[in-house]
Amino acid sequence: MIGRERMTVVSQRMIAERTYELTLSGQLVAQMNEPGQFVHIKVAEAADPLLRRPLSLCQIDHKQGQCIIIYRQEGKGTALLTQKQPGDRVDVLGPLGHGFPLDAAPAGGRALLVGGGIGVPPLYELAKQLANRGVNVVSVLGFATKAAVFYEAEFAAFGETYIATDDGSYGMAGRVTDVIEQQGLSFDVLYACGPKPMLKALAERFRGRPVYLSLEERMGCGVGACFACVCHVPGSETAYKKVCSDGPVFRAGEVVL
Amino acid sequence: MNRLAVELPGLSLKNPIMPASGCFGFGREYAQFYDLSVLGAIMIKATTKEPRFGNSTPRVAETPSGMLNAIGLQNPGLDKVLAEELPWLEQFDVPIIANIAGSTMEEYVEVAETISKAPNVHALELNISCPNVKKGGIAFGTVPEVAAELTRLVKEVSVVPVYVKLSPNVTDIVAMAKAIEQAGADGLTMINTLVGMRIDVKTGRPILANGTGGLSGPAVKPIAIRMIYEVSQAVSIPIIGMGGVQTAEDVLEFFYAGASAVAVGTANFIDPFVCPTIINELPVLLDELGIRHISECTGRSWKTGAHAVHCRS
Repeated sequence: MIGRERMTVVSQRMIAERTYELTLSGQLVAQMNEPGQFVHIKVAEAADPLLRRPLSLCQIDHKQGQCIIIYRQEGKGTALLTQKQPGDRVDVLGPLGHGFPLDAAPAGGRALLVGGGIGVPPLYELAKQLANRGVNVVSVLGFATKAAVFYEAEFAAFGETYIATDDGSYGMAGRVTDVIEQQGLSFDVLYACGPKPMLKALAERFRGRPVYLSLEERMGCGVGACFACVCHVPGSETAYKKVCSDGPVFRAGEVVL
Repeated sequence: MNRLAVELPGLSLKNPIMPASGCFGFGREYAQFYDLSVLGAIMIKATTKEPRFGNSTPRVAETPSGMLNAIGLQNPGLDKVLAEELPWLEQFDVPIIANIAGSTMEEYVEVAETISKAPNVHALELNISCPNVKKGGIAFGTVPEVAAELTRLVKEVSVVPVYVKLSPNVTDIVAMAKAIEQAGADGLTMINTLVGMRIDVKTGRPILANGTGGLSGPAVKPIAIRMIYEVSQAVSIPIIGMGGVQTAEDVLEFFYAGASAVAVGTANFIDPFVCPTIINELPVLLDELGIRHISECTGRSWKTGAHAVHCRS
């Protein structure tokens, strides 16, 4: 069930350059289950900024009734979000969309998680839930530079974790696809979230394999009504999928990247 | 007495609040939040003869207290709307206002004739004001003679009353409204979005793939109020007002300007519950202001003596 709640800020801390980890508590957490789902956050009570911000769920903790969202300060909205203090309320709509299919990973099998930059956070809850199911998790996380790296130790707790930076200032130099090649990483299923060029490269490199991609698009409503975030379906000029409500996770080949 | 009930051509509304076309799809998304039967009416997404994908993304860009959109009339086409969307909406006790669009006058007429016969379609909203398509849309909404001709043709074939949705992107909206009234329109809906643009400071290029988009949200409300104020004094057909409505107070402001019902657009995107919230808040606001019935408020801003007659306090 999608709900709307003024959730309470438990804590907020900067974990990397312009990157914040926001912990929220509220009843809505009970509705959150699927890794890869997102919440739509109104960062200000006022009409400016007007629209909500779609931010993916990084951790869901049913016992504590808390969830964690990791976001990067990019514009006016996220800058306002960084100002939230413990005890403040935040207007949250969610959980929204369809997340990563856990069943695609066989127990005892190997799941390769590939994240790029601010696409990394939803993979954390995925890694946790896969590990709980007895799936072997291997993570390849790409960042622009050393200062942008976060959650290396957290991912390492669930399995082999490789870090790559574009400028080579930390971990391996290069792109996540380079790391997969160099390390000869195999998988039964691949899950990815990150910039579109990265997703495209993965879809092309592993065509025909079980590859699930979480897409990002400018959104309006977040629930499928405004038609802002549509993408084409292969082989049709008029068929479409909505990133917010049909996705954000799609099987590679299901939509045109 | 239902103090929110409003009678308009073709429409017996239990309350004057309805989601605006293009901001509510065909209702399915918001039906997961509340019972759509609480709404006064629903203005469904613009329907064209053939399915349309619309424009490339990005299709939305935020602006101060507003948003630009350039969806481009994406819709599943007339056949699918008739076969799937309208029948699905029949489960709700709510009249449908079918927004129709086309690239040619013939297309408008064909869609109007067919969709007006659907059992739950109680009125048409002629979309001559979409700023985001190259052909049709606003092309029919900027020259009074063309708008009047299209209105006449659609009136001839429609079995339900026809409301015409006005564009604010004109020099003289009163002249447009009068021409459409004379052509036989049963009502007006106003305003559609204002053409605007945003440019990305990093790339130096427009943010929207379409370049321009339609501005909506609280930012446009004063323009909507002014235009309804002007048009309502110049025509005798009713106006369904829209443009940045977020609260019950906003609704009253539109009534005071000259509207007889109000549509809520962009606010649905921010708060999916905004329509039922406004419907619940209206009676409280009417009590506070000593207003017996919402319809008393229409045109109060320009009707002489209206305030003294109707306001108890």
